[in-house]
Amino acid sequence: MKTSLKWLVVPFCVSLAMPASAHRAWLLPSATVLSDTGSWITVDAAVSDSLFYFEHVPMRLTGVGAEPAGRERGAKGAPAATGATKREARAAQQPGAAGAPGGDARRRPPSQQLAIFAPDGSNIAPQNGAIGKFRSTFDIPLEKAGTYKLAVVGGGLTASYTLKGEKKRWRGTAETFKTEIPADAEDVKVTEQQRRLETFVTAGKPSKDVLKPTGKGLELDPVTHPNDLFAGEAAKFRLLIDGKPAAGARLTVVPGGIRYRDSINEMNATSDADGFVSVTWPEAGMYWMEAVVEDDNAQMPNAKRRATYAATLEVMKP
Amino acid sequence: MRKLVTVGLSGIIAGPVLTGASLAADMKVTIEVPKLDVAEYHRPYVAAWIENADGGVAANLSVWYEFKKENHKGNKWLKDMRQWWRRAGRELDMPVDGLSSATRPAGKHPIDFSSSAPPLAELKPGEYELVVEAAREVGGRELVRIPFKWPAAEAFSGSAQGKDELGVVALEIKP
Repeated sequence: MKTSLKWLVVPFCVSLAMPASAHRAWLLPSATVLSDTGSWITVDAAVSDSLFYFEHVPMRLTGVGAEPAGRERGAKGAPAATGATKREARAAQQPGAAGAPGGDARRRPPSQQLAIFAPDGSNIAPQNGAIGKFRSTFDIPLEKAGTYKLAVVGGGLTASYTLKGEKKRWRGTAETFKTEIPADAEDVKVTEQQRRLETFVTAGKPSKDVLKPTGKGLELDPVTHPNDLFAGEAAKFRLLIDGKPAAGARLTVVPGGIRYRDSINEMNATSDADGFVSVTWPEAGMYWMEAVVEDDNAQMPNAKRRATYAATLEVMKP
Repeated sequence: MRKLVTVGLSGIIAGPVLTGASLAADMKVTIEVPKLDVAEYHRPYVAAWIENADGGVAANLSVWYEFKKENHKGNKWLKDMRQWWRRAGRELDMPVDGLSSATRPAGKHPIDFSSSAPPLAELKPGEYELVVEAAREVGGRELVRIPFKWPAAEAFSGSAQGKDELGVVALEIKP
């Protein structure tokens, strides 16, 4: 019984080949408001169903940890760290290596780029990085006063097509698209994915330098500082797409702690003509906020674009 | 036997302090740190300030915290006085002379302010609230408020009773 169920489930997952989009990806900082410089925070990064619990897969980030050896499905326990497996682990950490065809790596999304910006805009490296079964984790020393931004920016292509009467789904990059979609594929529909995932941490007085948008994809242009959020108060944000106001962006806000309640309690809103949206936090806690814009402004001809922005925000008790 | 001696002694010490304080005080804020029976006790961090009608800070009165720890290690818990941190603390570079002082043991602690000296010298006439917030490591946090008018036309006294982290907070103003 157990075996037959497994065989039903596995082909379905493989054909979708995009586990991340079915779940929520998040960064969870240990604190977002700190008194002083010289403090440290630790950050968990994961993809899961339930916020903010580690129960699905770690978020693989460049520069954070080495790939544990013996991750093949069904492998019983990790083998001893021999020279060969260490080399494999290092190879798997190289950008692009995880996307190599065949085996488990084929199924797994490639490592995503993590950038940590200090209040003065300089880039700092994550420390003590590790990848576990359910989460990645890293530390950040806060040596400068002001607001830090953590950003994970990624993207790729997804496509659906019909091959000899059979529906197919595909995921990859603009490069792999050229070679992996069969020439006789029909009804090819391509969506360009643009993802940005952020969180903010402040030591001392909140500052605004790191909040400047880059002008690429969907971004948050906060009116209310993201480390100055309080229960019962309205926070105002502006959403920008390619640096311009994103009108009609769909916003979803989900409070953490889902495990201990019956309903998700999500709040929904749509940005106005100038891209503004307002959120009133019902209570203090960690929140996951996601905005989505779908349009035709893909770089690839005849493709749709799906741009998402997600942030983990801590709301304080007044 | 031992207990009796202690009570007697503290009574004697309290006497002169209270008399001395009543000499020239324009404003007296008395903050009681409650005696708590807990497994792990740390003295609370306590901030006192004067709030405008719009919630802004009109004057910072006092911040009790571990300001003498090396490398400003005591700063870590300043943000746990959440309201003070948001309204004033994060704008300040602690320690601040005349504002910072050490944490206090359980008991009543009067602080005197003169209308001719900072921070009251610049306080404009109007409606205000005295706000006292306490936060304790491995403990809770509490905030109490006492509304008042400045300057007082006649002698004013007000008080607020804390539930957990603060005892009685009293405000006395003499014209």
